[in-house]
Amino acid sequence: MFSRCSRNLTTFLKSTRFQSTLVIAEHNNQNLLPITANAVGAAKKIGGDVTVLVAGTQNCDKVAADAAKLDGVNKVLIAESGAFKGFTAESITSLVLSTQNQFKFTHILAGASAFSKSLLPRVAAKLDVSPVSEVIEVKSPNTFVRTIYAGNAILTLKSKEPIQVLSIRGTNFEAVSSGAGKGAVDKAPEGNYASDLTEFVSQELSKSDRPELTSAKIIISGGRGLKSGDNFKLLYDLADKWGAAVGASRAAVDAGYVANDLQIGQTGKIVAPDLYVAVGISGAIQHLAGMKDSKTIVAINKDPEAPIFQVADYGLVADLFKAVPEITGKV
Amino acid sequence: MSRVLVGVKRVIDYAVKIRVKPDKTGVVTDGIKHSMNPFDEIAVEEAVKLKEKKIANEIIAVSVGPAQSQEVLRTALAMGVDRGIHIEVSGKDYELLQPLHISKLLAKVAQDEKVDLVICGKQAIDDDSNQTAQMTAAILDWPQATFASKVEKTGDGLTVVREVDGGLETIKCKLPAVISADLRLNTPRYATLPNIMKAKKKPIKKLTPKDLNVDTTARIEIVSVEDPPTRQAGSILPDVDTLLAKLKESGHIK
Repeated sequence: MFSRCSRNLTTFLKSTRFQSTLVIAEHNNQNLLPITANAVGAAKKIGGDVTVLVAGTQNCDKVAADAAKLDGVNKVLIAESGAFKGFTAESITSLVLSTQNQFKFTHILAGASAFSKSLLPRVAAKLDVSPVSEVIEVKSPNTFVRTIYAGNAILTLKSKEPIQVLSIRGTNFEAVSSGAGKGAVDKAPEGNYASDLTEFVSQELSKSDRPELTSAKIIISGGRGLKSGDNFKLLYDLADKWGAAVGASRAAVDAGYVANDLQIGQTGKIVAPDLYVAVGISGAIQHLAGMKDSKTIVAINKDPEAPIFQVADYGLVADLFKAVPEITGKV
Repeated sequence: MSRVLVGVKRVIDYAVKIRVKPDKTGVVTDGIKHSMNPFDEIAVEEAVKLKEKKIANEIIAVSVGPAQSQEVLRTALAMGVDRGIHIEVSGKDYELLQPLHISKLLAKVAQDEKVDLVICGKQAIDDDSNQTAQMTAAILDWPQATFASKVEKTGDGLTVVREVDGGLETIKCKLPAVISADLRLNTPRYATLPNIMKAKKKPIKKLTPKDLNVDTTARIEIVSVEDPPTRQAGSILPDVDTLLAKLKESGHIK
């Protein structure tokens, strides 16, 4: 048995030696988004060299410099062009393909965000390989773990592809630290990456001083039980005291209480904060898919039969309109 | 715009609590309630609306899967789709079929049927991949408008509002194009009994991947399918004070 283990280890070392991963950075032309550090964390698990690609419209130097500082990054490739306005999948796919053509990476990955969910499958199809979405664990350079059926089953798969295109779930990989890395910044391959297929028009982003949902330590989430958008103020007041982010169930978004980008669940955002407080949320399968990896779950609901209590560490069977202001008052 | 192609998938019904097979090869599907993937219902509804607005003339629904996939095609026909195409793949082949294969099939049908627009759901609730629309667009070299919450015909193209991480964004894309439908795009209609009856007379063409010259060789190997770790049962607390004390004790709040 011992000899088999060591043989496996040798094969593993041999196979990791030649890995080289391209991580596609996510940023807004000014700041590198935190999920990129999680993606580099996943790339380090694969082993081998890590190159980060920063594509943006202009002045991406700061973003590139920040990416170079991430622990474990060997190289940063920077591409600046008006073609990348709005980060359209059509334009960035061409850039990734010509970068891949030159450097022949074994892995292309990014954090699973709306941006990369659009981009990576397009890249994979152009490379004629089957991509793997929302990886939660890297077992070996070609064996990955992901969830299916709204997180109710865990699939381990072995990919037969020569190039692995992966999106990784940010909450499942430790973010690498910033400052230790000494990646060299270089220019990405030149080319005409403009695409006339799609044109970015505008963006209406929700503005908030509260922490960003996917990286918040504490999240307070509201559901249908809040009864109106105005009542979400109860949650905002408590969130502000705790320095928490505010999320929502699909029911609350559909009812128009809050904007869609606050939705947590199978088809919204996947979060795993230290503390998740579900207020007036019944706990449908689709919602649980987005938050059941939270360290501690608290449920406040007046229905003692609500499925949310089956996953909650602490449950409070109470009227949220009394309990939440009481908590806020006592914090 | 003349023709719209909608991709529909038969999946285990969203309300069913799934069970993993004891041999860890997959989940139990026999005798389990299946229905149309909820995002695909939204895609069908959008296509039917385009026809009602006289922007589209004909809607074709396509489904890839075992014989029972015809049931979801019938549902699509009852919602207002004109005709169906069933690409039969079953058994082991179907278990290992990936969105890449589906995309190649959809792209081929889109070309053969000379469609101007392909609409898919943004993800299937069984494999949760969220890849098919993007890959179909890539294979066809068409623009993609993913996670659409509003679609409008403007000039000779489409203006699409997309749901992105920080809020919404608007893009314009040329036709032909591929759209993936997000939850907020519309509320799918119920098929009425007369329409269900009429749908029985609408044609469904049967094809195989071979007919379309698409190679469906497996790209992955399933190592295992397992239950997720279960959470330890928690406790119901009597009041707010106890809750706050517990949260302080565990260091979550000060």
